[in-house]
Amino acid sequence: MITLDNVHKSFGDNHVLRGVNLQVGKGTSMVIIGGSGTGKSVCIKTILGLVTPDQGTITVDGIDVTKTDRDAFLARFGMLFQGGALFDSLPVWQNVAFRLLRGSLAKPRDEARAIAIEKLRRVGLTPDVADRLPAELSGGMQKRVGLARAIAAEPEIIFFDEPTTGLDPIMAGVINDLIREIVTEMGATTMTITHDMTSVRTIADHVAMLHNGKIRWTGPTSEMDAAGDPYVDQFVHGRADGPIASVR
Amino acid sequence: MRFLAAIGRATLGLLATIGRVSLFAWATLTHLLRPPFYPREFGIALLNIGWLSLPVVGLTAIFTGGALALQIYAGGARFNAEAVVPQIVAIGMVRELGPVLVGLMIAARVTSSVAAEIATMKVTEQIDALITLSTHPMKYLTAPRVLAATLTVPLLVGVGDIIGIFGGYAVATGTLGFNAAAYIQNTVDFLELKDITSSLAKGAVFGFIAALMGCYFGMNSGRGAQGVGRATKGSVEAAAVLILAANFVLTGVFFSV
Repeated sequence: MITLDNVHKSFGDNHVLRGVNLQVGKGTSMVIIGGSGTGKSVCIKTILGLVTPDQGTITVDGIDVTKTDRDAFLARFGMLFQGGALFDSLPVWQNVAFRLLRGSLAKPRDEARAIAIEKLRRVGLTPDVADRLPAELSGGMQKRVGLARAIAAEPEIIFFDEPTTGLDPIMAGVINDLIREIVTEMGATTMTITHDMTSVRTIADHVAMLHNGKIRWTGPTSEMDAAGDPYVDQFVHGRADGPIASVR
Repeated sequence: MRFLAAIGRATLGLLATIGRVSLFAWATLTHLLRPPFYPREFGIALLNIGWLSLPVVGLTAIFTGGALALQIYAGGARFNAEAVVPQIVAIGMVRELGPVLVGLMIAARVTSSVAAEIATMKVTEQIDALITLSTHPMKYLTAPRVLAATLTVPLLVGVGDIIGIFGGYAVATGTLGFNAAAYIQNTVDFLELKDITSSLAKGAVFGFIAALMGCYFGMNSGRGAQGVGRATKGSVEAAAVLILAANFVLTGVFFSV
């Protein structure tokens, strides 16, 4: 279980997180929704230690993330970044197998390559993609390579940062379905950040809405449409009128 | 009062930057000594920084050596000292022009590319991705590049010194009427071991500075294309100034009387 307890983070005068409290149960798929700039990415980056919170505690399975062996901790995670964040200088298969080629999870090169190709196949890419460079791929293919990299070491916890941003609706649907399938078959705990309500409905078991630096509402996806919260209602239905200012 | 406050702010800013760069350099050195090591990244850095810099270093050195021979010959003619061309070309190239010009060319070629590459990686979240993949960016990106530059720039300086001397030789024997065998003999006789060791030591320091500045500015770049541009520009400026300052200090250390 991932627990955020009263997490605060500011960048200068910009108070991004103002006391986030959130629990993500083991094996569940939590999706965090919220407007642009509300701190959704910062929220998951604090869990990974990419951003240090100013206040509050974050625990994974009861262990404070700041007081654990960093390599062992990160080995439990996979992450799909918004822009893919593929390493330009490495061919696709080495991007996917990056963790398998070095560190505590290192495997022989041939075995790592075979796993990478199997993961690429899992996300709908053919083996001939393996030796290409990321720059030679379309945006959708790069997202899928990023997804393959996130699952390559079969992590217990996977984060997806805006998995469908910048993709056409068909490719977005493909990515959503892939994430749902992978989450179900791997039994991983996942946190996804998105504005895309189609993604939310496909991926999420639970939804949390982040607004003004705090979790405004959280609950099962089935209750999202009848949350009874005007902020959630406005966001879910994409209305310009409501308590969330359209100019931020 | 405002003027004094501005001076105070600038001084504090400068001291803070010196502190940050010093900590970055210290962290780099400690990462060089602690596993894991990334030999593949080191090999690529050796190739990019060392081997692929040879053409630009060679061309810079040969033209400089040739021009130096012409200048010394013309200047020496004013007091009947044309004969010192081999000695002055040798000492000028080995002690000063070789290491400084190679250092500046490395700053232009390597520092800029390292800064731009790492800054782009930062902007596109590749650095964050490295961390989530349990790979320390200082170990994976900075340490191999800094080590490769520290080891290869002295070799480049050595090659530059030889090519520069050859440039002077070619001009002196080809157009200024010097005897080829006498020119080489004068060059060899005049150079001391200290000239060569100081040249190579300067190369190592300049290589360290050039790669370190590229990595530092890349890792600390701002957002977007403008951030990458500023990091690249800042890295080359800082590397060039630090190389020239280090050259002054090292010359004092090696040759002060």
